[in-house]
Amino acid sequence: MAPNDITSSDSTLAIDLRNISKSFGTVQANKHVNLKVETGTIHGIVGENGAGKSTLMSILYGFYEADEGEIHIFGKRTPIRNSSDAIGAGIGMVHQHFMLVENFTVLENVMLGAESGAMLARSITDAAAELDRLEHEFGLSVDKDALISDLPVGQLQRVEILKALYRGARILILDEPTGVLTPQETDQLFAILRSLREQGTTVIIITHKLREIMALTDHVSVMRQGEIVASRTTSETSREELAELMVGRKVRMTIDKAPAQPGDPLLRVENLSVHDHYGVARLDHVSLEVCAGEIVGIAGVSGNGQSELLDVLSGILPPGEGEVLINDHTVTPAHHTDPEQVRSYSVAHVPEDRLRRGLVREFMAAESAILGYQNASEYNGIFLTKPSAIINHSRHLMEAFDVRPTHPSLKSANFSGGNQQKLILAREMDPNPKVLLVGQPTRGVDIGAIEFIHKQIVAMRDEGSAVLLVSGELDELMSLADRIIVMFEGRIVGEVAAAEADEKMLGLMMANAHTPEPTLSTEEVPA
Amino acid sequence: MRRQPLPAWADVILIPIINIALALLVAGAVIALIGENPFKAFSVMFQGAFGYAEGVGYTLYYATNFIFTGLAVAVAFHAMLFNIGGEGQAYIGGLGVALVLLAFDGMLPFWALLPLAIIAAMLFGAAWAAIPAYLQAYRGSHIVITTIMFNFIASNLMVYLLVNIFIVPGSMSPESRVFDSVAWLPSAHDFLARFGIDVAASPLNLSFIIALIAGVLVWLFIWHTRWGYAIRTVGFSEPAAEYAGINTKKIIMLTMLISGALAGMAGINEIMGVQHKLLLDFVAGYGFTGIAVALMGRNHPLGIVLASILFGALYQGGADLTFEMPNISREMVTAIQGFIILFSGALTYMSRPWLERLFGLFARTEATEEVPHGR
Repeated sequence: MAPNDITSSDSTLAIDLRNISKSFGTVQANKHVNLKVETGTIHGIVGENGAGKSTLMSILYGFYEADEGEIHIFGKRTPIRNSSDAIGAGIGMVHQHFMLVENFTVLENVMLGAESGAMLARSITDAAAELDRLEHEFGLSVDKDALISDLPVGQLQRVEILKALYRGARILILDEPTGVLTPQETDQLFAILRSLREQGTTVIIITHKLREIMALTDHVSVMRQGEIVASRTTSETSREELAELMVGRKVRMTIDKAPAQPGDPLLRVENLSVHDHYGVARLDHVSLEVCAGEIVGIAGVSGNGQSELLDVLSGILPPGEGEVLINDHTVTPAHHTDPEQVRSYSVAHVPEDRLRRGLVREFMAAESAILGYQNASEYNGIFLTKPSAIINHSRHLMEAFDVRPTHPSLKSANFSGGNQQKLILAREMDPNPKVLLVGQPTRGVDIGAIEFIHKQIVAMRDEGSAVLLVSGELDELMSLADRIIVMFEGRIVGEVAAAEADEKMLGLMMANAHTPEPTLSTEEVPA
Repeated sequence: MRRQPLPAWADVILIPIINIALALLVAGAVIALIGENPFKAFSVMFQGAFGYAEGVGYTLYYATNFIFTGLAVAVAFHAMLFNIGGEGQAYIGGLGVALVLLAFDGMLPFWALLPLAIIAAMLFGAAWAAIPAYLQAYRGSHIVITTIMFNFIASNLMVYLLVNIFIVPGSMSPESRVFDSVAWLPSAHDFLARFGIDVAASPLNLSFIIALIAGVLVWLFIWHTRWGYAIRTVGFSEPAAEYAGINTKKIIMLTMLISGALAGMAGINEIMGVQHKLLLDFVAGYGFTGIAVALMGRNHPLGIVLASILFGALYQGGADLTFEMPNISREMVTAIQGFIILFSGALTYMSRPWLERLFGLFARTEATEEVPHGR
């Protein structure tokens, strides 16, 4: 605690965290963490959800204050009590969820909170000049005058990076930066980060994607249960070793599954189209078939119709045109149906948005465990619900799918992402559905739980269910699905057997750069 | 300094007590400012509310209205609907009660009149909530705006009806005729007198018991029926409701109808229990106080009953206070009520961060003690 230890710091370190501890109530989020990050390197931090990565970075960025420990920035002991201390020390943060004002331009967002003086005109010209300089120096090109709401996610991320650099960041922290990006956008981001490194900026990247750690970082630290359990030079480690360090036991990175033995088609979609409020086609003449005993994966950059497809199939959205056949039941625009009816056709749906749709955060787990089945006779008398039946059902699901803690009356929000997802999967798989619709089954889920979830989905297939899987993780699609269908702007632009797919090919199809059958219509005569 | 999430008891008991104490502190300062003794003023208020049988009777009579309007606000709030229209719904509910009693008080016995009057109160209150509910569910008009508008419409409608239709010919005051006494709800003092217990007369009547029963029914409905489940799902997360196949529009209608029906029940207390005739402005702001009651009672029936009794005590004790201490005007009493509403309604969570820090402090000492024995 004495101020005289300034001299003992190593000045080649951008960040030197010493003995940082932080607890919330009885939960110790960080335990005596020591972390050294060398100036001008890219440093990865990996760990499962709840391992303490975000808490540690929040301490560094001044959202929380550590209970004990010291922070040294560029060799100087720097107490960080709030985010302006952090910005003052040259630390910038790019959050997982972008913090941008939708109806402001790029320029306005960049200068927001860093305006000088009461009149805007002066700040705007200054900021524009500074942005030009940053753009030039780091190759970060963004249209300064574009509205945020008009930009794709990849660009939004650049705006966030520019915001940090504009505030003089020499250390940049990125929290799960690639979750929303296509493979190509991810490559572009990595190129930017490498050029930042060349200019001497220090980058810390938090992620659970080990492939990205291997591709990008110089050093990597692994966190488990609030502690840093290992630090490695990236070139001297492997994905397998990192995964094992994260989970604390050996993890299988591949999925064991026998070749699919497709039976009769259980789900058939014919010429399905859906238009949104503005008349834009979200689904454009989609036809596909999923047979008993196979997993069909849907690949695509998010927002290209996958969500709408799941919504129509599960009865949330009515079809605009075309028809859907589920287990001999026909859904047409004239005879559409609601989700409860669709469930009665033996369809289960694990929704993409776990927190807003899959469960109700404020409900106790047992209540979330009957969401969608709330009117079933097992849980209801004439007027009153049967609380013990609901609790028992929840306990049964929790035991079958290893949801921890096995505590039906705990609030749904208090479970980790992986356990929430296991509870939802348990709820949807318990009735042994003929058709299983799964959206983003492992988004934000830790490695240990991913393995379990994948096994359950394959088991469902082997029992003869038809599984439709929408995922943003190409690795997941390639290892779990039997066939992969690629969607672009609401259309199906390609289909490949999973065994023959590779990342590059899928990435090109997702960007619709790969057109399998070029057509030249008479209207498209070049000028 | 770190914070500790509050245990449930602190949230439900400690925070309201701290809020009331803060409100009294500020109100006391204001009373001292006009040169009166705040301790004397508060003791007069307390005596007035709880010190003698008549006072208790009045306190619980006011509380009856607040329970109904508070429950109405709470039910709507579980679906994230802010029903500001309790005032108008109670007013129109009273109209329904009066219509039934004026029509049948010469024909039917009390045991037949009571259920009819209750049904009328609920139907009329629900009907007055139905239009704002429809506009919210199917047309997207904000419920706060439409329910406020419907308060004004109710007020003007009642003036018209009383002045032009219900008025007793030849009378100067816009009131209906008094109901036959067969249609009066038994008052507490009459009821107790039958058992030889002599209590001073007060407006307290059977509807207090009906209000308590309504509280139990609301509790069962919200937490122990599939409809309550659907209402809470819609309130917490519309996407989840959509996913589960819950029709949000129908739930908005259902919730607002129940909410309006509960507010309408205040008409039973006022019209059938106390006034025994239809008159102007009998709701007297109970609908709006119901919002503060629901906020303070955390939208839970038990909390609402307790908050209603507190507000009933403020109304009754306040009335006594103006009587006993002439320097303290009616407006002053309204200001004291205002402070309570401000601190326990609008600023409910103001003291929370401090308390969390305080609990964090205690938890830390406990934690360090645990370390030697810990795993």
